[in-house]
Amino acid sequence: MEAEAAKLIGAGIAVVALAGVGVGIGNIFASLVSSIARNPSARDEVFGIAILGFALTEAIALFALVIALLLLFVF
Amino acid sequence: MHSPVEQFTIKALYSLSLFGYDISFTNSSLFMVLAVLLSSGFLFFAMRPASIVPGRLQGLAEIMYEFVANILDSNVGKEGKPYFPFIFTLFLFILFSNLLGLIPYSYTVTSQIVVTFAMAFTIFIAVTLIGILKHGLHFFSFFVPSAAPKALLPLIVLIEVISYLIRPVSLSVRLFANMLAGHTMLKVFAGLAVMMTGAGGFLMVGSPLPLLVIVALTGLELLVAMLQAYVFTILTCMYLNDALHLH
Repeated sequence: MEAEAAKLIGAGIAVVALAGVGVGIGNIFASLVSSIARNPSARDEVFGIAILGFALTEAIALFALVIALLLLFVF
Repeated sequence: MHSPVEQFTIKALYSLSLFGYDISFTNSSLFMVLAVLLSSGFLFFAMRPASIVPGRLQGLAEIMYEFVANILDSNVGKEGKPYFPFIFTLFLFILFSNLLGLIPYSYTVTSQIVVTFAMAFTIFIAVTLIGILKHGLHFFSFFVPSAAPKALLPLIVLIEVISYLIRPVSLSVRLFANMLAGHTMLKVFAGLAVMMTGAGGFLMVGSPLPLLVIVALTGLELLVAMLQAYVFTILTCMYLNDALHLH
């Protein structure tokens, strides 16, 4: 296989990690919705924690993206 | 056309060298200086009236102060008070350099792993030293969970140590990758708009679409810029809490 093609395929495969992150972020907001629905007065407190969880999960997606960018632009 | 990562190149604005090291004043240094000047200048001018009933600017400055004070208070508690100036400075610096980077043709300081890793590693060393100075050798009990079964202990300690050592890496990569990815994405869509205009015909009619996406993405990036400053600050507070209270 040509090196250039392998590079592009590798970058594509690297972002498969986004599937897991999608599930994770969906999970966070699903729990956020159900917890606010159960106890609307906890909204402010729970929202901050959810945003923190969202940022931590999103970072995993960005790790994958960094790998893809490294493959595309560095090698 | 320029590549989407072209925006991250560091250019020397004023060449300097000291003992054979290149210490040129670069565009990165310029925006760091700007972030420091703007954040301290903003606080200085906003708080100058120092009235009991705050005006709009003073209200904004007080909201920022209270926001960070609340983060520190809810995560570390009373013992975190001495570290408040550092945490507040950190928050303002990251917030202002993220927001400055959103201005077209400007430079995002936090999109360089060197900058974020330097901040994260400084925090990591400082927090570890604070923990050791406060608790002495007892600090290392941090790596030994009390409820763990004896047989699993070696493995758990190993995992705890690794997860502790990986902290500066994850803290810095999170901020850097968010900024890098966001700004690259903006430029990719901008490139798409230019390419579609150049293609002519049907594609040219659709070329405002990526432009609209850029507007939406800029809004998202504004959110991300503030969110990442918040996340960096809150994680620093959590690490500080671990060092001060050991679980």
